[in-house]
Amino acid sequence: MMLLVQSIIAITIRAGTSLVYATIGEIYTERTGVLNLGLEGMMLMGAVTAFAVAYHTGSLVLSLLVAMSMGLVLSAIHAFLCITMRANQVVSGLSITLFGTGMASFLGQRLGPAENSFYLVGLTSVRFNRIAVPFLSDIPILGALFNQDIMTYGMYILIPLAWFYMFKTKHGLNLRSVGESPHTADAMGISVTKTRYLFTIVGGMFVSLGGAHLSLSYTPGWTENITGGRGWIVIALVIFSMWNPARAIYGALLFGGINAIQFRLQIAGAAIPAPVLNMFPYLATIAVLVLVTWLESKGKKRLGAPAALAVSYMREDK
Amino acid sequence: MEDTMALQNDLTPVVEMKGITKHFPGVTANNQVTLKLYPGEVLALLGENGAGKSSLMNVLVGLYRQDEGEILVRGTPAEIHSPKDAVQLGLGMVHQNFKLVETMTVAENVVLGLKHLDFIPSFSEICRRINTISRQYNLQVDPRAYIWQLGVGEQQRVEILKLIYRGADILILDEPTAVLTPQESGELSRIIAQMIDEGKSAIFITHKMEEIKRFSQRVQVLRKGETAAVLETSKTTPSELARLMVGREVLFRLEKKICCPGEPVLEVKNLCASNEAGRPSLQDLSFIIRAGEILGIAGVAGNGQRKLTEVITGLDRADSGKVVIQGKDMTNRTPLDLIQSGVSHIPPDRISMGIVGDMSVASNLVMKEYRSEPVVKRGIFNYKEVAKSAKEKIDAYNISTPSQNTEAKFLSGGNIQKIILAREIGACRGLLIASYPSRGLDVGAMEAVRLQLIDQRNIGNAVLLVSEDLEELITVADRIAVIYEGRIMGEVPAEKADIKIIGHMMAGASLKGAAQAAAEAELGEDGI
Repeated sequence: MMLLVQSIIAITIRAGTSLVYATIGEIYTERTGVLNLGLEGMMLMGAVTAFAVAYHTGSLVLSLLVAMSMGLVLSAIHAFLCITMRANQVVSGLSITLFGTGMASFLGQRLGPAENSFYLVGLTSVRFNRIAVPFLSDIPILGALFNQDIMTYGMYILIPLAWFYMFKTKHGLNLRSVGESPHTADAMGISVTKTRYLFTIVGGMFVSLGGAHLSLSYTPGWTENITGGRGWIVIALVIFSMWNPARAIYGALLFGGINAIQFRLQIAGAAIPAPVLNMFPYLATIAVLVLVTWLESKGKKRLGAPAALAVSYMREDK
Repeated sequence: MEDTMALQNDLTPVVEMKGITKHFPGVTANNQVTLKLYPGEVLALLGENGAGKSSLMNVLVGLYRQDEGEILVRGTPAEIHSPKDAVQLGLGMVHQNFKLVETMTVAENVVLGLKHLDFIPSFSEICRRINTISRQYNLQVDPRAYIWQLGVGEQQRVEILKLIYRGADILILDEPTAVLTPQESGELSRIIAQMIDEGKSAIFITHKMEEIKRFSQRVQVLRKGETAAVLETSKTTPSELARLMVGREVLFRLEKKICCPGEPVLEVKNLCASNEAGRPSLQDLSFIIRAGEILGIAGVAGNGQRKLTEVITGLDRADSGKVVIQGKDMTNRTPLDLIQSGVSHIPPDRISMGIVGDMSVASNLVMKEYRSEPVVKRGIFNYKEVAKSAKEKIDAYNISTPSQNTEAKFLSGGNIQKIILAREIGACRGLLIASYPSRGLDVGAMEAVRLQLIDQRNIGNAVLLVSEDLEELITVADRIAVIYEGRIMGEVPAEKADIKIIGHMMAGASLKGAAQAAAEAELGEDGI
């Protein structure tokens, strides 16, 4: 029984890692008032390029860098369209997803070696292996947290850092003000455009890192649509975590946990069909939304979305 | 006068704007405006809505970029490309719409965007400094409170605190008293005086004549984007300023027949309602309006006025109490029921509630007639009748529009308001509810609106006029009731209304208490 719990925890964390990276990336983007629905495309591009680079060069560092640069390029396009050209953010984000999905699939058939007719499918490459932390990994049950790959350990550090930067530093204060009230931020001498560009791009890089974790660790290798809709799950997770990086972990654990339990239930031949299980995280997101609205209506707290989310800003607009 | 002028000629202005021109698509907001602000003075910038006061100041603080002209700060040419540059020059502005982040605390708002803020700001230290300033200027604010928890008066204190904290010594205040009770604005004039004593200078934007004397030493009048005059406050009179502001004499008194009220048209009995947060917004509120009279509701915005008109028009619900219209209980009925029982409504926000901007002027005009002939026949529009009805109204109300097919959003505020008036008055069968009907209109349009309301009263309709403009209430209404935190504090006949007493009631005093306070204040002044 203990072993079962331990393995469920281990899989939960592993499944959740890519979600945490992407969720934190998107939280930073949305906190400045930019909605990026291009997540699915950016994760796929991160996953395919990371795997291709790992396969050809054997360098995991290089593959992460390339994956991040994919996020950089795609989110920079989104930033240019939404911030400079003031295009509709939903339309631009969806285009990025459509483009990224198609492009990743195309690259999956072109970046492979000649002997595999240039396909990436079915190949294996270097990957992130699990590294057991001495002593800590021997703790019963919780030891599962310390027998993970390096990106997961990175996640453990990223969550508190991302929270601290957003809520305790002056840059975090400034970026939050841009997403809440760009008019105020501007009048206070904060550059709305620069802030939005910066965090849309940084956010995009983290999203692609999430994609890279899929192809280099969670389900090593490249398969078409390796993300399985995780880009969309992340949109729900951002809401679930109420735009707070520290809470990104709960949502990620919830979705990751569902994955893990599903996996176990399938082995055990349980009667609950997978699609039903898959519904739960979304139901939980709806429940959170209802709860938040209710709390706000009680006048207790302001928790909701950044007030200027998906609203473009121009100084002389009346 | 020559002495002061000579003195000023020796001094270098702290701010000098030369030949500022600013165009917006379709309008010239400022045309060759020159402005000088001397150290240690308050310059009032007076003008009607749309005269270009705010845009001139937005140019000064770097929010807008002028098309022509230059700005000198303390005698040196300044390139103000963004608010950041303005802050560094010591320029600080309290905007009409506060520049505050609602979800953040007072302290966070105060230090937002500061350049030499620590990477990890110490908020206990910041709060300590804020408290010091609070005490020094007697500006009561809790630095750890969230902005959304504060009332407008407190929010304005935060704005002023922010300027002081940032070391601004040239202050620009854009209609700072618009949201304040008379008492709060007295407090504001004390704070401004204290800052001037310390050598700071201020530009005070307003369109209220009575504030000029109270706040300023000099006054610059803008009209249609140009300077109409620069005067010393002590050497001018309100009527001269008014003439300069509008370019013609204004009627401060409207001709009104004696009021002869008939049967009660609207009876509001012990009405209670609550807001989304469950807090009471109307508390046991009662009044009666009879046919042929106008009841004015005075109060600072946000004291339940909107809830009141929305409950009466069926747009919102009452928790308890009664709304009786022409003898019938109409509490919590649908808007359609209320329209059919003869209620017309001029809503407070004319763009979002009064018209459909993307629809034509004609469609907007017939919006209350489409259920009946002749505009509609067997469920189908008869466009000839629509055009005919629209044309009649456009002529009768003097609506200036390129054509009746023009989309309503392209019209000016005054003409949009005329569309609403034409439609609502046309459909009025007993009760007309008007919320802030002349807000933001120029003097000409304002007068037209007020005359229409008086007309409705003269033909025997009951009118409920909600306004924050005491001048308007006193000239238009027959009786004035003051609302504060959802309660009626008292009622006075308009011809005997005393602005000071109304002011005290707007701040929460009962009629008796307000009269007493006003009397004491008078005694106090005599004593000095």
